[in-house]
Amino acid sequence: MANMLEVKNIETYYDLVYAIRGASFAVEEGSITAILGNNGAGKSTILKTIMGLIEDQPDKGTIEFEGVQIQHKDTDEIVRKGIAYVPEGREVFEELTVHEHLLMGAYTRKDSSMIKNDIEKVFDYFPVLKERTNQWAGTLSGGEQQMLAIGRALMLRPRLMILDEPSLGLSPLLVKDIFSIIKEINQNGTTILLVEQNANMALSISSTGLILENGRFVMKGKSKDLMEDKDVKEFYLGIKSETSAKGYQRWKRKKAWR
Amino acid sequence: MIDFIQMIVSGVATGSTYALMGLAMVIIYKTSEVPNFAQGEMALITSYFAMMLLTTMNISVYLAFFISFAFAAILGAFLEFVILRRAKEPNVLGMIVITIGIEMVLLGFVSWKFGAEEKTMPFPIGPYDGFIVGGIYISKLDVLTLISALFFMIVLYLFFKFSKLGLAMKATQQNSVAAQIVGIKTNRIMMMTWGISSLVGATAGLLISPTVMQPFMMWDPMLKGFAAAVMGGMTSLPGAVIAAYMLGIIENLFGGYISIEFKTVVAFAIIVLVLCVKPSGLFARHYVKKV
Repeated sequence: MANMLEVKNIETYYDLVYAIRGASFAVEEGSITAILGNNGAGKSTILKTIMGLIEDQPDKGTIEFEGVQIQHKDTDEIVRKGIAYVPEGREVFEELTVHEHLLMGAYTRKDSSMIKNDIEKVFDYFPVLKERTNQWAGTLSGGEQQMLAIGRALMLRPRLMILDEPSLGLSPLLVKDIFSIIKEINQNGTTILLVEQNANMALSISSTGLILENGRFVMKGKSKDLMEDKDVKEFYLGIKSETSAKGYQRWKRKKAWR
Repeated sequence: MIDFIQMIVSGVATGSTYALMGLAMVIIYKTSEVPNFAQGEMALITSYFAMMLLTTMNISVYLAFFISFAFAAILGAFLEFVILRRAKEPNVLGMIVITIGIEMVLLGFVSWKFGAEEKTMPFPIGPYDGFIVGGIYISKLDVLTLISALFFMIVLYLFFKFSKLGLAMKATQQNSVAAQIVGIKTNRIMMMTWGISSLVGATAGLLISPTVMQPFMMWDPMLKGFAAAVMGGMTSLPGAVIAAYMLGIIENLFGGYISIEFKTVVAFAIIVLVLCVKPSGLFARHYVKKV
């Protein structure tokens, strides 16, 4: 299938910090792609670079969405092309109600007759939000805020949905719910790019996995294969392969990624 | 008794100008969390612009006022676009200092261009036109000010409550990153906010100018308007208006019964009191961020 998003060799600086050191990847249309990596590997930075949220970045490289270059464009213009972004830590409008959030999610849309319909669809995904329609987002729990952030992104009717750590700070049960909904959203025709710390969960729903270390991609493959990979198992899934009789790990696998 | 009612009536009248200035400040604060100290001088320069139109050009008063309002809106948008948007990595404190800087530049410009002496504004309603109802003197200008204050309060309230653009303005203030990622052009929103706010402020300026017209004419109304806005909770439009009327009335009663010398100071004493007792303002329904 065709590549929907193609990132070629981007380099991003935060002032003087060289955060993304030449990363390339592609997101296939209709797929779920997961980017995994440790803290500080640059996962969120890649997403922010794609969304144009870091001023004057990427320093080098190109980002193509459906064949059109979108780097150095304003965020609102990128959003209008059909990319929805669910930021890390939810970023809701604290003093707007749930209903107002969903209206704001559809801010760029002109077809006001369909918006009402889509709000109902969001409530189908997240029934809790329906009970909270007229409540301020700031008074919602963390999980509800996450659902609201995803719902707000859905209101854009995006072609591509980018999620930054949807599991952050949620209970394991809720994480499972959220991920099954993400999968459902994907099955209904939205391509998904996902960044996660929770490697197990992310690999279980995604079709392609990428591993980012120190601003570079070090591994790429089908999610099934990655789950079986020895290094990924040890470093990201927390499955140890070698233990001594006493239960200590006697040696540490040394891995040079390149 | 007549004295008392007369004082309340004039209190309402002064309160109306405070209300207009308060509204103007609240609008900008609502979207950017910056109290705009240049508000008064933006209104000042618009008033002088109107005077210039009326004295040098032979056009009708209504046309002149219409042009002045357009000038005010463009001036606000222009200041945002040219000065505030250029601020690199802005924080609230830096922005406040910038607005103070704009204020001084505008004040200096008006004094230099038009002179610091008292001018007369060829306003259709004179400051001494009025009528007497049951022994109470009511000036026509005050009635007009009251009507405009209430008009702007209602229109703006409805605008923020029900229009998509108003909602986008609120969203921008609460979380500008999130506003960007739903596709709101936050820069443009800021520009519009400054335009609208400048227009509301200019109304106050134009309504004050028949009574007093010199470069410092907006100082007192601006500070009192700001005081009212703080008292009303800084984000609440009706709050600012109600607080402005309270200030106007209390000030007048204080001046009449206790001490005329300390009349203008009493507003600030009230602010201190309010901030001690209820720091979020009397009418704010503000969500407190969980830490």
